[in-house]
Amino acid sequence: MIDPWYIAVCILVILVCLSLIRLFLGPTAADRAVAIDTVNTLSVAVLILLGVAYQQIIFIDVAIVYALLSFVSTLYIAKYLGGEL
Amino acid sequence: MIADVLILACLAVGIFFNALGIAGLLRFPDVYTRMHATTKMTTFGSMFTALSVIIYGVALFLSSGDGQYVTLSVHTLIAAISLAFTNAVGSHAIARGAHKAGIKPAPAIVDRLEEFTP
Amino acid sequence: MIPFLLTFILALLLYLLLAAGSGSVLLWSPSELVAGVALSLLAAAVARNLLCRSDSYRMANPLRLLLIPLYLLGPFLLEVTKANLDVAYRVITGNIRPGIIRVQSGLRTDLGIFMLANSITLTPGTITVDIDEKSHDLYVHNINIPQGWEERPQVEERELFSLANLPAWIRRIAE
Repeated sequence: MIDPWYIAVCILVILVCLSLIRLFLGPTAADRAVAIDTVNTLSVAVLILLGVAYQQIIFIDVAIVYALLSFVSTLYIAKYLGGEL
Repeated sequence: MIADVLILACLAVGIFFNALGIAGLLRFPDVYTRMHATTKMTTFGSMFTALSVIIYGVALFLSSGDGQYVTLSVHTLIAAISLAFTNAVGSHAIARGAHKAGIKPAPAIVDRLEEFTP
Repeated sequence: MIPFLLTFILALLLYLLLAAGSGSVLLWSPSELVAGVALSLLAAAVARNLLCRSDSYRMANPLRLLLIPLYLLGPFLLEVTKANLDVAYRVITGNIRPGIIRVQSGLRTDLGIFMLANSITLTPGTITVDIDEKSHDLYVHNINIPQGWEERPQVEERELFSLANLPAWIRRIAE
């Protein structure tokens, strides 16, 4: 039997690829920022699941730091969009 | 045995909501409605995948008594909480920036923000 | 002095939570405890003016802090589940009626506004777009405006939530 964690990770990676379509198509910059935000969220979910699949707790610490750092980058992109930077 | 079923159910629900969020991102007409789909549904789906990991850690801790599974659960909980907060605040920031950049909500019944702040 | 102590205690609690299950003294090893105290002192010295900016310390009351997980697990979870099912229905059918409305909030404190804006963003088909700094009113993008709301200049905040009265909870926690 295949481990369910790997199947979940595969589906989530396919979803990340689908949201990259919006990143390429997006008519405005804000659409691309939304797509990047989605990719960040899904990356955190994938990192948590991979931490269980490989039995490495350090992956989950990486996920925490990734969530906080991507938050800072999202805030700066939003400030730049609003012309406040 | 119950834990296995719960883990599989949580994973399935989480992936279902994540997939619907991506479908909304690809399908909705303008940036604000897309943000509705991604912010709410990917946060909710990622909460459920994290919940399955927490259930896995607690079940293995109860059966084996190994301390590292407590660490796994607690770290996953902290990651999920930080994910929820950062997603909400980040999407608010993007919406504000998009409105300041002059992107109008394309199909809109009413736009009070446009009337009150010139 | 009080901001320093509060920041120190919060940083130490977070460190202990992250390092739980590492050793023999209760749940932590002695070296982790020493490192936690040292790093928390350093963090409190750097960040003491960032966390506690106002002069009133009512959020240091543990009873109010205990209300926050109760709020998140009770009415908030109900509303989030309903909101997600609603948005899932709209993704599948494509039946939307979007627009930005002005929502009146009676909250005065910064934490109250923060919690209300985040609750609105994660719950029923709404996203906070902007905040009026003077009157603390919120501009909310709603994915499905009910009939008749587009003529009204303002909407009360509790009309957004149908299952539970979230603004009353937030007022009890933060004010």
